[in-house]
Amino acid sequence: MGFITIKRQLRNKIHVYLMIIGLVFVLLMPVLLGAGLYYKSKVLFHDHSIWNLLFTKDWRPMSGKFGLLPFIMSSFWVTFISVLISAPICLLTAIHLTQYAKKWVLKFMHPVIDILAGIPSVIFGVWGILIIVPFISNTVAPMLGKQTSGYTIISGALVLSVMIIPFILNILIEVFRSIPDELSEAALSLGASKWQTIKYVLIKKAVPGIISAFGLGVSRAFGETIAVLMVVGNVIQIPHGLFQAGYPLPALIANNYGEMMSIPNYDAALMLSALVLFVIVTVFNLASRYTIAHLEKTIK
Amino acid sequence: MNDTTKIAIKDLNLYIGKKHILNNINLDIPDKKITVILGPSGCGKTTLLKSMNRLIDLYPEMKVTGSIMIDNEDILHTRRDITKIRKKMGLLSQRPYPLPMNIFNNIAFGLRISGRHNKHALKQRVEHYLKQANLWEEVKDRLRDPASSLSIGQQQRLCLARGLSVDPEIILADEPTSALDPISSMAIEQKFSELKQNYSVILVTHIIQQAQRLADYVVFMYMGEIIEQGPADEIFQNPKNDITRQYLKGAFN
Repeated sequence: MGFITIKRQLRNKIHVYLMIIGLVFVLLMPVLLGAGLYYKSKVLFHDHSIWNLLFTKDWRPMSGKFGLLPFIMSSFWVTFISVLISAPICLLTAIHLTQYAKKWVLKFMHPVIDILAGIPSVIFGVWGILIIVPFISNTVAPMLGKQTSGYTIISGALVLSVMIIPFILNILIEVFRSIPDELSEAALSLGASKWQTIKYVLIKKAVPGIISAFGLGVSRAFGETIAVLMVVGNVIQIPHGLFQAGYPLPALIANNYGEMMSIPNYDAALMLSALVLFVIVTVFNLASRYTIAHLEKTIK
Repeated sequence: MNDTTKIAIKDLNLYIGKKHILNNINLDIPDKKITVILGPSGCGKTTLLKSMNRLIDLYPEMKVTGSIMIDNEDILHTRRDITKIRKKMGLLSQRPYPLPMNIFNNIAFGLRISGRHNKHALKQRVEHYLKQANLWEEVKDRLRDPASSLSIGQQQRLCLARGLSVDPEIILADEPTSALDPISSMAIEQKFSELKQNYSVILVTHIIQQAQRLADYVVFMYMGEIIEQGPADEIFQNPKNDITRQYLKGAFN
C-alpha cells in the first residue's frame, strides 16, 4: 500500500519535472539564441561603437567598415510597404467572409488560404522574378516615367504582401468569428444598418485582434528571406523610393554567410545583423502585445 | 386583430434546413402589457422573439413563412427600411452585451445613428435613459469608463437604457435575468412592471415564478409550438393542456 503510494508519487514527480524541463527549454531558446548571436558578434564592439554599426551606411568589409543602416532601412521599407498593401486586402476580405459571404464560401476559402500559406517561399520568389519584376520594369515604371530593372523595393514588397496575406487573413477571420452574434444583434436592434454595425461596433471590438494579426504579419515579413532576396535587387544603398533596389538584413546574411570568411570580423558583422534582425522582430512582437493588453483594458 | 393588439402573428413557420423550429405560430400580443413567452430551453422562444424584429435576417439558413403584423404592417414582407422597424423595439438579451465603447457612448450610439443631436441635448438624453434604468446614480461620475468595467447587473441595466434610448414601442427581453444575481434580477423585474405603462413588453423566460410575478398574458411553448395561451390568471390557475400543467408543476426540471 505504502509502496504503491510512494511509487505513484515518484511517477507524478518525474512527470512534473519533465514538464518543467520542457517549459524551461522553450523559455530558454530565444535567450540562448540572442546570447549566442551577441557572443559571436561582440568582438566588433572593440573597434566600433554600436551607433557607428547601426546608423552609418558605409559597408566595406575589406576596410573594416560595417555600417548596417542600408540593410536595416531596406528591411523596414520592404516590410512596411508589404503590410500596407496587404492590410486593407486582408481586413476587407475577412469582413466579407465573416459578415457577408455564404457559409460555404468561408468553408471553401479555409483550405485555399492554408494552401497559400503552405507554398514554399522560393516558389513565391520565382513567381516574383517571372511576373512581378517584368511587370514593374515594363509596365508600372514606364507609366510613372521611371526606368528600372524591376528588381526593386516595390517588387519585394508585392511578393511579400502576397506571402503574408494568408497568415494575417487566418487570424483576422478568427478574430471576427469570435465576436458573439449578440453584439451585432444589439447594434442592429438599435436601428444601425449592417455597415454601421460593422464599422462602429464589430471593427472596434476587433481592434486588439487586428493589431495582433498585423503584428504577426510584420514579424513574418521582416524575417522572410529567400523570396525577397530574389527580387529586391540586393544593392547596398539606403533606398529613397519604391523603384530603387534594396538589400534587406535577411538577404545580407543568406547571401554572404560562408563566403569570404577570411576577412577579419566579417562573420561577426553578419552575426550582428542577425542579432539586429532578432531584436527588431522581438520588439515588434512585444510592442503589439503591449498594445493589445492596453487596448483590452481601455476599449472593450 | 382588435385595437389593443400590438403585434399579430399569423401562421408563422420557421425552418432551418429540414428542422421545423417554429410550427404554425398564431399569436396576438397585447399593447402596454407584459406578455410572457414561457417554455423549456430549446422550444423556440428566442427564435420567435428574434423573428419579431427580423434579427433572423442574420441567419440566412432560416426560412420563414407567415406574417407578423406590427401597426398594420407585415414586417416579414415589408419594403420599408428594416432599421426603422427594428428601432420600434428595444432588445435585451440573455447576457448583457455592451458595445465596445464607454458608458456614455453606449447610450449615445443609438441616438447618434438615428439623427443629429447637439452635445447638450445628447447629454440630457443619455442622463434621462440612464435614470430610467436606475443606473444614473451609480455611473454619473464615470461616464467615460469602458462599459465593460461595470458589473454584470449594471451592464444589463445599461443595455436596458440603451434599448430605451431609441424610443421603442415594444421591449423584447430574452431571459434578461438569467445571468444576474437575485438582487440585480429583482431590479430588472421591478423596472419591467413600471415599463409596461408605456411599452408593450415581451419577456421570454423559462422561470415559472418570474412569469407568475410579471405576466399579464402568457404564451406557453413546447417543441416549437404554442401549446396554450391566455391571460395569466387563467393559465396559472387553470391550465387546460396537460403539458402546460406538468411544466407549471415543475415536472420539466
